[in-house]
Formats: sequence, C-alpha cells, structure tokens
Amino acid sequence: MSASASRWFYLLLVVPFVGTLYVPWYDRVQPTFLGFPFFYWYQLAWVPVTVLLTGIVYRLYADADKSGKAGS
Amino acid sequence: MSAALGVFLALFLLVTGLGFWANRWRPGDLNLLSEWGLGGRRFGSFVTWFLLGGDLYTAYTFIAVPALVFGQGALGFFALPYTIVLYPLMFVIMPRLWTIARERGYVTAADLVEHKYDCRTLGLLVAITGILATMPYIALQLVGLQVVLAALKVGGTGMWSDAPLVIAFVILAAYTYTGGLRAPALIAIVKDILIYTTVLTAIIVIPPHLGGWAGIFGHIPAAKLTFPAPPPHNTGIFSGYATLALGSALALLMYPHTITGVLGAKSAGVVKRNAVFLPAYSFILGLLALFGYMAYVAHVNTLPQFQAGFKAYGPSYAVPALLMRFLPSWFVGFAFAAIAIGALVPAAIMSVAAANLFTRNVYKTYLNPSVSAAGEARTAKIASLFVKIGALAFVLGIPEKYAIMLQLLGGIWIIQTFPAIVIGLYSRWPHRYALVLGWLGGMVAGTAMAATTSFKSVIYPLVIAGHTIPAYAALYALAVNLAVTVIATWAFNALRISAGRDGTLGAEAGSA
Repeated sequence: MSASASRWFYLLLVVPFVGTLYVPWYDRVQPTFLGFPFFYWYQLAWVPVTVLLTGIVYRLYADADKSGKAGS
Repeated sequence: MSAALGVFLALFLLVTGLGFWANRWRPGDLNLLSEWGLGGRRFGSFVTWFLLGGDLYTAYTFIAVPALVFGQGALGFFALPYTIVLYPLMFVIMPRLWTIARERGYVTAADLVEHKYDCRTLGLLVAITGILATMPYIALQLVGLQVVLAALKVGGTGMWSDAPLVIAFVILAAYTYTGGLRAPALIAIVKDILIYTTVLTAIIVIPPHLGGWAGIFGHIPAAKLTFPAPPPHNTGIFSGYATLALGSALALLMYPHTITGVLGAKSAGVVKRNAVFLPAYSFILGLLALFGYMAYVAHVNTLPQFQAGFKAYGPSYAVPALLMRFLPSWFVGFAFAAIAIGALVPAAIMSVAAANLFTRNVYKTYLNPSVSAAGEARTAKIASLFVKIGALAFVLGIPEKYAIMLQLLGGIWIIQTFPAIVIGLYSRWPHRYALVLGWLGGMVAGTAMAATTSFKSVIYPLVIAGHTIPAYAALYALAVNLAVTVIATWAFNALRISAGRDGTLGAEAGSA
C-alpha cells in the first residue's frame, strides 16, 4: 500500500490527545459510574479506547511493519 | 523478624539471584557495548513489554503519584492522561528511531544526532542533558526504596541507618556491571508480577473497609475531587493539568532509559506492538493513584503508629501506611518487595543508559576515538558504577527536596533534546548550529521559569495580552527552543555556513 494513501489512519492517534487533554469536558462529578466520579472513570476509560485506536492503526500498517522487520 | 520482613528478604534474594544469572541468559558477547548496553537488541515483544513497563512505571511513580493525590487531589491524576498520550507518540516516533539505530549501529540518541547533523557538539549536548536529567531520577528511585525500608523498620541507628540502602545498591551495581541490560530485563518480569498482584489485591481488599468506592469518593472534599472553574481571563488549572500531561509524555520519550529500553527490542514491530499494549500499566497506575484517596479517607496520617513515618517522609508515606493498615503482615512484605524491586529495575536501566551515553558520546567521541569494541564495553561497565555511586551520594548527602527539585528540572531539560532527536528522524531541515542555539535557549528559558517559583513548581503562568495561561514550563521552554532553531536556521543558511553532511545516509557504516 502506498504511504500517501494510508496516512489518513494516523489521525486516529490524535483522538486520545483531544479526549484526555481538554479538561473542561470532564472536570465534574456527575454522572458517576460504580461510585467513581466522572472525572476519574472518564479518564480511566481512555486507556482501553487508546489501546483499541493504536491497535487499529497497527493492524492497518501491518505491511509497513513487515518492511521494518526485514532490517533485523 | 516480622512476617513482612521475611517475605521481603526472600523476594529480594530471588531477584538478586536472577540479576547475577542474567549474564548467562540469552548468551552474547558481553564485551560488545550493544550486548551489554542493549541486551544485543534481541528482546521480543514479551520481554520488551516487561522491560519498558518496569522502566517507565518506577517505584517513585508508585509512591509519588498516590502521594500527590493524597495531598492535592485531582491534580495528581495527571499521571493518567500523561501515560495515555505517551503511547500514540511512542507508536509514531520510536519504531523509526529503532530502525535507524539498528541500521547504523547506534546505541544512544546522541549517536543519531551526532551523525545526522555531522556535529559532535550537538551529540555531546544531547548526551550531557541525558546524563544530567537521569542522575536525580535514579536518586528518587532510592528515595522510594528508603521509604519502604523505613516502613519495614530495617536498618540500625546512627551511622548504620543507611546500611540496608547501601547494601541493596551495591548488589544492584554488581549485577548491572556483570549483566548489563539483561539484568533489569529479567528482574522486570518478577517486579511486574509482584506489582500487578499487589495493586489488584489491594484494590479488592481495601475499599470495603472504607465503605466501597462511593464511600471513598464521598469522603473527599469537593475542592480536591475536581478542579475549580478558572478565574476570568485565565485558563487556570485546566491548562496546567493538560500541559503537564502532554509535556511529561514528550519528556519521558527523550529520557535515556526510555530510549535504551526501546533500542533493546529486536524489531520495529516489537516497539509498535508495545506501544499498543503498554497502556495496561496506565490502567494500573490510575488505580494506584486512587490509593491516595483511600489513605486520605482512612486518615492514616493521624494514626499513632505512622506518625514517625509521615514526619520523615511526608505524603510519600501514604501508600506504605495504607498497606500496613489494612493488609496482613506477610502481604505487606510482598507489596514492599514489589516497590523496592520497582526501584531497582529502572535504577539499573537508567545507569546503563547514562553509561552508554558517556561511553559513546563523551569518551569515544572526545577522549579516545580509537577505543576498541571491548574497551567501549569496559568503559560503560565502569561508568555505570560511577553513575550509581553518584546517585547514592546524592540521596545520602543532600535533602530529598533537592533531589525532587532537580528531577523537576530534569524534565524541563530533557525535553530540550526533542527537536534535535525527533526532527532528526524525519528531516535535516534545521541547521546544526541552530539546534545548538535552540537547545541553549530552551535550557535557559526553562530553568529561569522554574526559578521564578523557587524551583517548587513547574507550572509557569504566562501572561499574553491580559490572558494568563498557566502551563508546564517544559513546553514553554520547548517553544522557545523551536523558535530559536527556526530563526537561527534561516540566519545560518543565509550566511551560507556549512550544514555538514548526513552521516545516516550512504553505504558506509556509522559507528557499528
């Protein structure tokens, strides 16, 4: 796959920055979840979401990885 | 001897044995720097995950993050967004660094910078910044070790009070000397099993004592639980929190111990897969941060048996006190071993990383260019001993608050190597001398900003057109660095001052 055609997917990696660094979105107590105020469970939830997003990008770039391994 | 101390000593002996056995694990010629200092670049996804996990989530983190939540509330939780945004950055930057380093035989980031820009001075600056920033970081690992040793009440009185710390450190120095990066890689596996078991057990066992999660959060004052709305024309704590998270992530990627851990991987794919799966540690760290609230709600700082500990170590004593309050003695020993071994792993990797920098970018480049491969490895081994002695002298000789101040400054300093290293991976646009000037500008600006708070805080309230934007000084200093780099590049190019040649291209090997 050509690099220019696939660059688009890298934008998925920007999503966690927006989600976790814009504090006014989550600086509150309600709604709570399992006793956790929103501030805490919202940020914890970004951990699995980030794993998912980087995982998707990794899969989409599996070809690029193979060329990386060829050097070892 | 208490059950706690017995379990602690048994686990400490186990990892000591592993540490000394490490030089026979995946045998390689330890007379080569890439074998001693990078484990032969042979670690697969599994070992790298433990190595980087053990490297990035240090004992100091496990003590200091909950301590910050205990003392200041929500602000301490910045460790979570910090260790979330870290991985998309790692995913993009590090495989590329790994690939170039592997092709050219580079052992440090300063190797890359030196050859990419054909500038020994720039390589030296990157190396010195790395060593300077690493020393207080190692010292703080020792502080983590000191806290649990004190909680276990080991150590004599008077001049013998520091004996256990010194003994632990001498053992660490010995097996790092013989095994290089293999020693912490092997021990990291044990460390993580201990840490995961401790955190998951404590997170299940302790909350019911305190009325469950709703009970814990219900007893935290509202002012601690979330942030106050910023005043008019001021972004307040919001921008402070976000920039602290982002800047810390950028800085952590530039720390020598991070880069050493990455370069020990056997392929760029291993690095990428780790960027996907390392956030599992961030989840644990987020839960661990909440130990600070548990300690707050349990009022451990008012219990008579913990008075001496809090008096000596302040909020850093919150996690040890919480564990001792609610868990049986033998499990406390297990948990404290996890923290202590969590100090030894990063301390070992940091000293290896600093030794690699000294050997490659100071000793070989400036003092003895014709050094043999075996001489390189020997120099690094000896340098790793000096680094550790320095860190130990630091902890024993000067008050802890200076180590913390220097570590805060270390973050501001190390981020100044970001333009040289990261831009160097993609482009040769910046002029080599412009990068030198940018580094200088960033170092001076960052240190000056921290000085305005007497080195107590790293949040600098910048005022622009009547608006106050408090942010992590490291990011402001990085902006100064980049601005100087851009302007000076134009100037040097206009004056037709040679930019040198790119040593990462062409058929000839760099410094293999």
